[in-house]
Amino acid sequence: MTLTVQRPKPPSEDKRWKMIDVAMRRQGYSPHALIEVLHAVQNAFGYLDDDSMTYVAESLGLPLSKVYGVATFYHLFALKPQGEHTCVVCTGTACYIKGAGDLVDGIKQRFGVRLGETTEDKKLSILSARCIGACSIAPAAVIDGKVHGHLSVDELLARIEKVV
Amino acid sequence: MHLDELADFAAEVRKEQQESKHCIRVCMAAGCQSSGAAAVLDGLKGQVDDDANVHVKGVGCMGLCAAGPLVEIESLEASSKTASSKTLYQKVTADDAEAIVDSLDAEPVERLRCSTDIPFFAWQKKVVLENSGIIDPEEIKEYIAADGYLGLVTALTELTPADVLREIKASGLRGRGGGGYLTGLKWSTVAKMPPGQKYVICNSDEGDPGAFMDRAVLESDPHRVLEGMVLAGYAVGADHGFVYIRAEYPLAIERLKKAIQQATRQGLLGKNICETRLSFDIEIRLGAGAFVCGEETALMASIEGSRGQPRPRPPYPAAYGLFGQPTLINNVETLANVPSIIRHGGDWFAAMGTERSKGTKVFALAGRIQNTGLIEVPMGITLRDIIETIGGGVPDGKTFKAVQTGGPSGGCIPEQFLDLPVDYDTLRDVGSIMGSGGMIVMDQSSSMVEVARYFMEFCMDESCGKCVPCRAGTDQMYHLLDKIVKEKATSRDLALLEELCDMVSATSLCGLGQTAPNPVLSTLRYFRQEYEEKLQDLAVAGSGQADLARADSSASETEETK
Repeated sequence: MTLTVQRPKPPSEDKRWKMIDVAMRRQGYSPHALIEVLHAVQNAFGYLDDDSMTYVAESLGLPLSKVYGVATFYHLFALKPQGEHTCVVCTGTACYIKGAGDLVDGIKQRFGVRLGETTEDKKLSILSARCIGACSIAPAAVIDGKVHGHLSVDELLARIEKVV
Repeated sequence: MHLDELADFAAEVRKEQQESKHCIRVCMAAGCQSSGAAAVLDGLKGQVDDDANVHVKGVGCMGLCAAGPLVEIESLEASSKTASSKTLYQKVTADDAEAIVDSLDAEPVERLRCSTDIPFFAWQKKVVLENSGIIDPEEIKEYIAADGYLGLVTALTELTPADVLREIKASGLRGRGGGGYLTGLKWSTVAKMPPGQKYVICNSDEGDPGAFMDRAVLESDPHRVLEGMVLAGYAVGADHGFVYIRAEYPLAIERLKKAIQQATRQGLLGKNICETRLSFDIEIRLGAGAFVCGEETALMASIEGSRGQPRPRPPYPAAYGLFGQPTLINNVETLANVPSIIRHGGDWFAAMGTERSKGTKVFALAGRIQNTGLIEVPMGITLRDIIETIGGGVPDGKTFKAVQTGGPSGGCIPEQFLDLPVDYDTLRDVGSIMGSGGMIVMDQSSSMVEVARYFMEFCMDESCGKCVPCRAGTDQMYHLLDKIVKEKATSRDLALLEELCDMVSATSLCGLGQTAPNPVLSTLRYFRQEYEEKLQDLAVAGSGQADLARADSSASETEETK
């Protein structure tokens, strides 16, 4: 007699679920791998929605409350879809001393969004990081994964406008 | 791999390296990359083409991030086979590639030159960063050629775990993450636990804003950290290690993954390392943006896939840690010191530094300072030497006001203490802590009350919410500070703030809450005038004399509460 474990079916036909399955299989469907798996979901879909959290909970044999608790505890997990482009403004101490606040104000004036918000056209999300470790080139920001340092407000706005 | 095999391998790589006459190193650490180092590297590679005489490679952090992208050229002297000369270029662009390559056998390009005789380079003493900026972090053979893994193979073939422990104890190494606990003592506590499953964790959750030492070590010399972990595993009897690293450091994660693969392939990691009985494998676990996970019990909860909330200690992780097993947790820099200690001996390490703080310390210089970047200096050097001589002082003719050490758990140190030696105990005496090594210099343009509010906002945000003093206390303190900044507070608010500081530090569950009031306490101690100037019911505060007298009395108060 073989013991087979019934795994739940992915919420949709989307091929990206295959990547999530691979990530879970690599960790042996261990409940300890929850954070790793949530990273995989966020990498694939950009954010965590109810469907994906339910799927992960069932696959790893965890209560949904636990998955939701972990997803909301950590800053990096987003429960809402992000804009097409992201700009992460570093608000670490060195950047703060060198004027990260001005960068945030400049963005708000130009694009009308504050930290943690997304523009109405869903083009741009502004996020903050507690420190990206680029203190020697403060103030710094990460636009679509690329770090820019020694920024002035005008320079940052120009760089954002280039991608949006 | 046996000792002689390792030596042969290292010799072979070194010979290979000497075949090319010039070695061009391009700093590919995060700071220089964001100023365009990748384009410089490509440009130089394009210029050199297939010339066997010139070897172009990307390396880790060279330290002086303010002048990035940095390029260093090492050329063998024509007359001898071993002596070489070095030239450092700063603020290089891809357009300069041609000029640099053309100058290789001629005079250096003067306009790009950065002197290496300046105190920034000359005053440093490199142990942890000895390979940083010199070797290619993505090639294990370069680490081995620089005597890498020599300590590990020697330990496995010639030393017992007790010998390794003895060397670490003799070195007097103290935890570099901020706490300053004796590493040898921590290791022997785990080693004394009954045999069975044990773990080694490398804490790479460098959450302090303003600190990037661990990032630089992992990006520039990842094998050093792995070697330190395996040595730790050998000494305490663990066979499994975890590196808990922030997801905000993608480059460090990538290089660490590559390093683990390479070390496994060379038989320096995994099953039966160097054909001995020791097996040790290392897994990477990503953080997800929670400062509290730098606290050891919260970190373990996070590795177990839960919310990163700390728990009361004891039991300490050494007895009851990850998955309930004895666990050794060390910071990146602590582990990075280990290979050098084993290679040169504990006494060699203990000869550096001061009586109670041995060795060297890596600091990240940032803020209002000329030479921002990464330095490694012997313990006991004065703050003035670090900031004014090595760091080049405050730029733009402004005057120095304070230096912040230890991040949100530390404090601000004013001018009058700059001549104190840097070690764990002295910094604690003046109301700050060594911390993990971030140093942020502030000039007169920074308001200390706003700085205190900034850190309190940070702690309020990052409080995990498990214990009430920290969850509610940081929130209340933040609002009081905000009220003071907005000049809406009275002296009663200030008194309440001080009372809360004592309560939160005395009753919080973990280090985050216990140290959250530190930035407020230290700024109150040295810059009380700035607070009082903002109070509604107090006239503009008195002379500097009165201020100093107050500083003294509050200093003695803090001593009493200790």
